[in-house]
Amino acid sequence: MSWFTLAFFAVLILGGVIAGMLQRRGPLLLMFVLLCVSGLAAMMMGPGVLKSISIGAGILAAAAGISYMVRESLALLLPEGGARLIKTAPLTAVFGMLVIAVYILTAVFAPAIAPYGEAEVVGASFQPADETMLLGGDQLGRDLFSRLIFGARNTVGIALVTTAIAFVIGTLTGLIAASMGGWVDQILGRIVDTLLAIPQLIFALLLLTITGPSVRNLTLVIALLYAPLIFRLARAVAGGIVVMDYIEAARLRGERTWYVIMKEVLPNVTAPLAAEFGLRFCFVFLAISALSFLGLGIQPPTADWGSMVRENATLISFGAITPLIPAAAIALLTVAVNFVVDWMLHISSGLKE
Amino acid sequence: MAKDKDLLLDIRDLRIEGFADDRWFEIVHGIDLQLHRGEVMGLIGESGAGKSTIGLAAMGFTRDGCRFAGGEVEFDGMDLTSASEAEKRALRGSRIAYVAQSAAASFNPAHKLIDQHAEAPVLHGLMSRRESEADAIELYRRLRLPNPDEIGFRYPHQVSGGQLQRAMTAMAMSCRPDLIIFDEPTTALDVTTQIEVLAAIRDIVDQFNTAALYITHDLAVVAQMADRIKVLLRGDEVEEAPTREMLSDPKQDYTKSLWAVRSFKREQKPRPPEGTTPLLSVRNVSAAYGDTRVLDGVSFDIHRGRTVAVVGESGSGKSTTARCITGLLPPLEGEILWDGTPLPPRYQDRSKEQLRQVQMIYQMADTALNPKKTIGQIIGRPLRFYQGLRGAALKKQVDGLLDQIEMSPSKFYHRLPSELSGGQKQRVGIARALAAGPELIICDEVTSALDQLVAEGILRLLDTLQKELDLAFMFITHDLATVRAIADEVVVMKEGEVVESGPKDQMFRPPHHPYTDLLLSSVPEMDPDWLSNLLEERGRDNIGEAAGSAGA
Amino acid sequence: MNGVLPLIGKRLLLGLGTLLVVSIIIFGAVELLPGDVAQEILGQSATEETVAELRRQLGLDQPAYIRYFQWLGNALQGDFGTSLANKRSVAEQLGPRFLNTLFLAGMAALISVPLAIGLGVLAALMRNSIYDRVANALSLVSISSPEFFLGYILIVFMAVQNPWFPAIANVTPEMDLGTRIYRSTLPALTMALVVTAYMMRMTRAAIINLLASPYIEMARLKGVPNRRVILRHALPNALAPIINVVALNLAYLVTGVVLVEVVFVYQGVGQLLVDSVSKRDFPVVQASCLVFAATFILFNLIADVGAILSNPRLRHPK
Repeated sequence: MSWFTLAFFAVLILGGVIAGMLQRRGPLLLMFVLLCVSGLAAMMMGPGVLKSISIGAGILAAAAGISYMVRESLALLLPEGGARLIKTAPLTAVFGMLVIAVYILTAVFAPAIAPYGEAEVVGASFQPADETMLLGGDQLGRDLFSRLIFGARNTVGIALVTTAIAFVIGTLTGLIAASMGGWVDQILGRIVDTLLAIPQLIFALLLLTITGPSVRNLTLVIALLYAPLIFRLARAVAGGIVVMDYIEAARLRGERTWYVIMKEVLPNVTAPLAAEFGLRFCFVFLAISALSFLGLGIQPPTADWGSMVRENATLISFGAITPLIPAAAIALLTVAVNFVVDWMLHISSGLKE
Repeated sequence: MAKDKDLLLDIRDLRIEGFADDRWFEIVHGIDLQLHRGEVMGLIGESGAGKSTIGLAAMGFTRDGCRFAGGEVEFDGMDLTSASEAEKRALRGSRIAYVAQSAAASFNPAHKLIDQHAEAPVLHGLMSRRESEADAIELYRRLRLPNPDEIGFRYPHQVSGGQLQRAMTAMAMSCRPDLIIFDEPTTALDVTTQIEVLAAIRDIVDQFNTAALYITHDLAVVAQMADRIKVLLRGDEVEEAPTREMLSDPKQDYTKSLWAVRSFKREQKPRPPEGTTPLLSVRNVSAAYGDTRVLDGVSFDIHRGRTVAVVGESGSGKSTTARCITGLLPPLEGEILWDGTPLPPRYQDRSKEQLRQVQMIYQMADTALNPKKTIGQIIGRPLRFYQGLRGAALKKQVDGLLDQIEMSPSKFYHRLPSELSGGQKQRVGIARALAAGPELIICDEVTSALDQLVAEGILRLLDTLQKELDLAFMFITHDLATVRAIADEVVVMKEGEVVESGPKDQMFRPPHHPYTDLLLSSVPEMDPDWLSNLLEERGRDNIGEAAGSAGA
Repeated sequence: MNGVLPLIGKRLLLGLGTLLVVSIIIFGAVELLPGDVAQEILGQSATEETVAELRRQLGLDQPAYIRYFQWLGNALQGDFGTSLANKRSVAEQLGPRFLNTLFLAGMAALISVPLAIGLGVLAALMRNSIYDRVANALSLVSISSPEFFLGYILIVFMAVQNPWFPAIANVTPEMDLGTRIYRSTLPALTMALVVTAYMMRMTRAAIINLLASPYIEMARLKGVPNRRVILRHALPNALAPIINVVALNLAYLVTGVVLVEVVFVYQGVGQLLVDSVSKRDFPVVQASCLVFAATFILFNLIADVGAILSNPRLRHPK
């Protein structure tokens, strides 16, 4: 047994004992489970696993530490109301906000950050990482790191635009259906039911076969396919609003339907829909990445994370993890957004009670 | 505690905290309560008084997000705040039972009534399954449930609300507990159904000499049920006294004000001379939702400056009548005349002027005001819409209206509805209706969601406004006390038809139509002997049938 | 039961109707092509005559609605036409692959359904505990990751760094069951990861919702022990939401298979669909889409019917 292994278990046991002495049930349980799991893993796969586990734990601890620092300093810097809100945020949500901020900065300042151009051939194909190329080259010898940076711009940007289009269409039709009721509502509802009866990815593949892949087609197809989901949501939220007496009062006053939709209903649906925007963005983002991964989404030479995974996938069988980096970039962003949305939904559900 | 062996429940300095905004707040501030065997105590207070929380605490139970913060709950010598789960479990259902406000939600939809009834006795090892079923049928019979042999084998959704509430009382009785907590058991019921349940509960509590905590916000109900009354306000005790003493001679100002509410009454106006064209005339109106007919040949008149109260139980069609008048539900037959000329049946076809003349005030002030608009915007919109007012002129008018509803313009103009109390919201609703400059205002149960004191203020305000502006009111309500207070004329509705109508003084004097009689006599009065006298009068065994045939 | 049967019949009819409309959409989508399939196959340089000849060959000279009914009629008899790419019968290619896909989805379902329900119920019962929070965060991570990310991670750790399972899951009809399961482990695991997370979250939400009902509080106030509250009072009512959750996730499973099949080069309908899309092989694309849509609609139907059957209010009408 090496010193590292001994130290590893010593730390866990010590942590458990301290937690036990302080009567903290959660941390004690955590230490105990960790002890069992890593013991088992070490027996099955050798002590090398312990290193991975401690690296993982270290990364988690660092993320939690940074999030904690950010939360506390934000709480100090923000004005009264914002400070109180941020104090209640779980670390996961702060971590999510942090990640989103980094992505946004990367996307905005991509040309300044990236050492090379988006489609610039720098070295040999699949060149290993060195000082010139931080993550090595791709199948054409382009700098993977630079493409990753530009990918933030393209992949996230396109997903944002697509989600926005889907939201405008979905919300507008949803509000119209809820406010007008009657046959308009019936017909729109039927159309949406039918559109949702076909799985989205399959439908997208069918439509992209016909239109051919291009950024414009991709955006429109995905927006069209995800708008029904938003329609349903907007219809449901607005459905709860239009039965309110103040809507009846506005109607009996003689207000036009358009006024009712824009001035009475819309202000009441924006808050719940805002949280959903994040969630739907994740779906759209994943769908676009999936299509790009299948070669039917964003086309080369535009740098895009989904297609980058596909282009470099062959490296994986040689044990390299570089193709996983763009995939991890996708996962990290959706996780981050989901963490934030989870918190937002928690707040809004808490306010209702 | 040995000195008083009749003492069953002894709550001392009970403090309970609730969790909100990441902090614990005290919601019950040190309550003392003593209950002896066979005694019924009424806990009364407005919403937020902590009645239910105290009731549950008497079982050693706190809801999620609440916890005991101090004091003791001693039941027959055992402190429930420190007792183990197993000890508490052994008491619950067997020695202390609970009757919830909504029986429909509190029965498990997946099991038959009798299965749920037998669960506690079998679980606590008091009876065999068979004995317990036989006992259930006996209890159903005593509680005067129809078909006592058969009703237990139904599922909850197959049984009506009033019957479910009695079945739940039977279930609470299943282990012959020493104490039952009744948590607003009749609040969700209509008056004619309420009386059956009240009679059944009182009977069975008397028969088995069970002690009870009776929780309600209705003074007249608690007067019938309780030996002693404890008045609560925001988690504090106001005072406690035997029922008769409390009713005749309350000591505290708060209690006095609660009692005084019911005294408001204004003069009935004389009928308008024969031949006057009514402001609004409902002529032979029938209406349906889809295939179900909900109104059948409804006719009545409303005259300028008068208040017409439309009375009936839920499902009687009183709100539907209002929907026909406003044009939300076009009638199948009949017509609505305004000042002698027919109104278009659909509101979409009415002119701005026609829409302006009739305004509505709603029951739930919460849903009647757009939460995203300021008070100024809400009241200003009709002025802008009908009169095209803008800028300073608009502001001046809104300020005037705010003054009229006794709310300070400088303080409230920029507020949102969420920053207002229930009564203030209702006032804003009134101001919005006034802003249109109507001649008729339809008030749909405007006081039933409010605490009594606040409701009183609203009624007084409406009365003042009527005098100043010569308004006509159509007052939809199920509460006969409100009718007595403000109506000039009364229309009694049942199952979509007008049963009887006329001036108030005639309506409250016999002879009545049998349904009006039933409705009037079923409204609990503050007299503690009222229920006993009434049962005597109607005949104890008829009460269920009388209400059943007239109600359902 | 007489209240339930018409209700179910109505749902079945609705499902059938939806399927019909979906088939029209799938057929109609190809009609939207600028030019038509014949033009598409032969390219811009083809002469008028050859295009017209191919059109006649493909029956494109007939009006659209006639071709639709022919297509639908044939499809109902298991004939989906011939592939444009390799001139083989579409049904012949699709059949075995469909079985492969079902096998993979079934395997994923067998792993994930019991696991997800167990974990979900546990999370609901231990609400706000450390376990609940960790499970919540992990399932969020799993849901948020693209399937190909999870798939490649599994490949890196369980196929490349530790050669436990094959990275490429090629299955053949003559393979015995054991080998088949062994080869399909990684793709099935990938799918199970995503679906388990979804199902677990939905189960947890459904149970928490249920535990807040007044009748659960009533049961506790009757002195019913915790275990019995869960088993006798919560579970019968939880059946409806759980059946719903499972059916909806199975529907997702069948369609989510596309990416996983591509990652592991698994011979299923998903891979066939993706290949055909890039080759613009319309008959195969149409047939695959129809198969996917039909399965999807079927599971949604099962969710609906399951919800009806497990609702005591509908099972015991007034």
